[in-house]
Amino acid sequence: MIDHTALLPAYCAAGTAVLAFLCDLVAPGRRALVVSVTLLGGLITGVACWWGSRGGSRATFCFEPPDVPGASVLAERVCSYQWDGTATLVGILFATATVVVLGLSGSALREVPAGEYCFLLACSMTGGVVLGASGDLITLIIAMETLTLPLYVLVGLRRRSVASAEAAVTFFVVSVVSTSVTLLGAGLLYGATGTVHIRLLASALESRSELRSVPLVSAAVVLVLVGLAFKVAAVPFHAWAPSTYDGAPLPIAAYLSTASKVGGVIALLIVAVGALEPWLDVAGPALAALAVLTMTVGNLAALRQRRMVRLLAWSSVAQAGYILAPLGAFALASGRSPSAVPVIVTAVLAYTVFYVVLELGAFGAVVALRGSADGGTFDDYRGAARRRPWVAAAFVLAMAGLAGLPPGLAGLFAKVTIVRALLDAGAGWLAVVVALNAVIGLAYYVRAAASLFGPPDPSSAARAVWPRVPVAASVVLAAVTVAALVIGLAPQLVLNAVTL
Amino acid sequence: MLEANQILLLVTLVAPTVGTIAAATLPAEGDRAARILATVAAGVAFVASVLLMLSRSTQVLVDPVPAYPYGIVVSPWVELDLPWVPGLDLRFHIGVDGISYPLVVLTTLLTLLCALYTCWRVPDSGGGPARGRHLAALLLVIELGIVGVFLALDLVLFFVFFEVVLLPMYAVIAIWGGERRRHAARKFVLYTLLGSLLLLVGVFTVVASAGTADLVALSTAAGPAMPYGVQLTAFILLALAFAVKSPLWPLHTWLPDAHTEAPTVGSVILAGVLLKMGTYGLLRVAVGVAPAGAEAVAPVLGVLAVMAIIVGGLVCLAQSDLKRLIAYSSVGHMGFVLLGIATLTSIGFQAALIGNIAHGIITGLLFFLAGAIKDRAHTGTLRELGGLRETAPGLSGLLGYAAIASLGLPGLAGFWGEAFAVVAAFSRGGPFWIVLGVLAAVGAALAAAYFMRMLRQVTHGPPSPAVSSLAPARLVSVELASWAPLVVLALALGLVPALVTELSAVPVEALMGVVGSP
Repeated sequence: MIDHTALLPAYCAAGTAVLAFLCDLVAPGRRALVVSVTLLGGLITGVACWWGSRGGSRATFCFEPPDVPGASVLAERVCSYQWDGTATLVGILFATATVVVLGLSGSALREVPAGEYCFLLACSMTGGVVLGASGDLITLIIAMETLTLPLYVLVGLRRRSVASAEAAVTFFVVSVVSTSVTLLGAGLLYGATGTVHIRLLASALESRSELRSVPLVSAAVVLVLVGLAFKVAAVPFHAWAPSTYDGAPLPIAAYLSTASKVGGVIALLIVAVGALEPWLDVAGPALAALAVLTMTVGNLAALRQRRMVRLLAWSSVAQAGYILAPLGAFALASGRSPSAVPVIVTAVLAYTVFYVVLELGAFGAVVALRGSADGGTFDDYRGAARRRPWVAAAFVLAMAGLAGLPPGLAGLFAKVTIVRALLDAGAGWLAVVVALNAVIGLAYYVRAAASLFGPPDPSSAARAVWPRVPVAASVVLAAVTVAALVIGLAPQLVLNAVTL
Repeated sequence: MLEANQILLLVTLVAPTVGTIAAATLPAEGDRAARILATVAAGVAFVASVLLMLSRSTQVLVDPVPAYPYGIVVSPWVELDLPWVPGLDLRFHIGVDGISYPLVVLTTLLTLLCALYTCWRVPDSGGGPARGRHLAALLLVIELGIVGVFLALDLVLFFVFFEVVLLPMYAVIAIWGGERRRHAARKFVLYTLLGSLLLLVGVFTVVASAGTADLVALSTAAGPAMPYGVQLTAFILLALAFAVKSPLWPLHTWLPDAHTEAPTVGSVILAGVLLKMGTYGLLRVAVGVAPAGAEAVAPVLGVLAVMAIIVGGLVCLAQSDLKRLIAYSSVGHMGFVLLGIATLTSIGFQAALIGNIAHGIITGLLFFLAGAIKDRAHTGTLRELGGLRETAPGLSGLLGYAAIASLGLPGLAGFWGEAFAVVAAFSRGGPFWIVLGVLAAVGAALAAAYFMRMLRQVTHGPPSPAVSSLAPARLVSVELASWAPLVVLALALGLVPALVTELSAVPVEALMGVVGSP
């Protein structure tokens, strides 16, 4: 029996994609129509995600757990698809990110075919919505690929741009390799345990201690994590991110650094905390090293950037490091205690939500200032504060937030959340690393924000004219900025949402 | 419902907030109106903070509760406790007591004077339209942050307010500063952010161990006692955080640049009250929450404080720039404050508290004067100044007064903090502390030497070309209005130190209870 109510959000998302496709087929060239249909679809998907969470969690594609020899018998059924609190949060995040990105796409759509753009974006959203609900490794990987595949095309969609094509190829190659690595890991895990279901994997890994002596299982655990680390652009698997972001149309770069990254984080969480929990002593040190490297390298590289989107790309690498940081506490026995794990997961999810809102604000402001042009260098932004004071204010708020300082209170509380989780888990040293990194981070966030306040560059008279900000973009930017202010003043809203 | 006193408490925070929003959003045509509006907001906050004194009558010596053998260390005259973010142990818990009250009033007063000064004169922001309203707005945000730090009775809230100050102060230095403003501003913001993030780690070390972030609960003798190791870690982290802010040698290198490059009002706020967040935090949070850690680290703090006094004095002797000299003298003065705290004696704590206030008043005045001289003579180099008393006797006389107050002449405010820091070191006894006391006294003599040298170069001799073309030579009425309160207070506090010490006597005795030192 398939529970179609549980699948409703996925149906809505997929339906949106189909509708966008049909719209373009029936009425080609009607840009406004296809965009509004997709926007509406995204909103409906968001509502469906929220609605699906009412009345407890639902699951489908289930079966009675087989008697794994030696394993503790599971009381509940095992399901491949479960619509629970996490799925709701992820679904809403994806729907929101898609709507915001579409809203920011007004200028970019003049350069790309609108029908394909909307269709691919909605496809990607479908992958994201299913991802949060996946209960086995195969569903997880397929959802992840549904999320990523359309992005290869979206990144390369800008016509007559070599950079765009290059970016698409880099992204494609890296992403395919990382998927194969994850699949290999999943295959090896299946070979060792005979299951791909997250809960069965966990119970098998917990009860069958002889697996500890099989090096292949350790290799499988590491391979799965490494493959997913590619998707999050964690160092040392990050090299694709800056050139891909810089070559992609601005709204797609925004989508990559928010929704796509959220997908990777969620997949990592599901695998690390769900399936590999008994093996966290193996995965923990790897995650800790990944987090420390990611934030440090990301921050140091960002210091040297002169181009806005590259800076945001490196900064998002560093932010991925902060997101992963609480998972690093799993390296310690105190971090693996039953009381610490939920705190850590909550911190990761909360930071992710804060980050997505702030990052969308930053990209929104860049889109508003640059129109259909690419991100440009810092010099291209000089004088923006005088001519577009409100956009500049939104940008400063987002930068301050990403740096973790007031007036970006949302970012401040995000940092507080992870430092608190780390100290609760006894990983004080990691908290100090986060603190030192935040200091490096401030150096470039301040520089990026200050570039808007510089006197206009007299040599480039062309930049004296700022593009008109499209209505949709300004509405979206205002909404995101207000959201950042609200969750900054009432962070409990986010903390409640992520402890569903 | 809120009581009248609680409303006053809120007004000290709400008035700057409202003033900021109003001043920042007015259009460019309303620049002057916006600055006046900001001054009014600062005035409201000042009046509210002074009126907080009325709530003191309700607090007669807290009788020691049986459970707390030394009384409650932090027993606010008036407090307000509202939930904010339960998920992060954050409550909006504010209150004022004898230790924080003088600092709150000093903050609101200096902000009011600076806002008033800004009505008259807006420093150059590197061309472009006037941005005085933005400067005024930023001053008010800074006030909000500093007052919040002094009022916070919740550790996490304390941290949040501590952070509020950073970016606005960066902007004040980076936009309205001197020639090397970008460099100075960046150095300031990175150094102090490092400090405040160590504070964040320290705060949650405490919270994770004690299970509460409430300062009142944390600093009672019978409060949640933390294991020695945690106290030591927490104290080191917190002390480092506050040492950057105070600043303590050798973490002081951001200060001379920031103070020198900042516009006049920026320097006044920086030296006058922003540094006090560090010393206040050290006393209230670090010593109050982790007394055992303080006990262990105190000798190190004492040595560094004395180093700051000596190094600050020697560097001042070699300074050629007026603002830089005053900036370095701050390092020395804050060294005395930190020495007072490091002795962990009640005399030392009292010396630190009065030294804090005195330094805020006197150095605030000195920076006002240095700014006025620099704006008029277009140079701050001591060699190019000279003969100021010939062309501008008023300015020169005030400079002399402030310098003498700063070097610690008995009868003026600077004396008490420094003298009693030395006394505290001696009273602590033992060869170690006596040597520190002697060295600190030598440092005080150095202060006399460099201030005399400065006065000789600036005020005496024949007028230099820069000084003889001073315009205007006379003091403007706005200047007089914004300096007069500081001049009067420097004298008043010198004659009646009890203005501060009487207020802080009870809380300091209570604090001594947890420190438990001889």
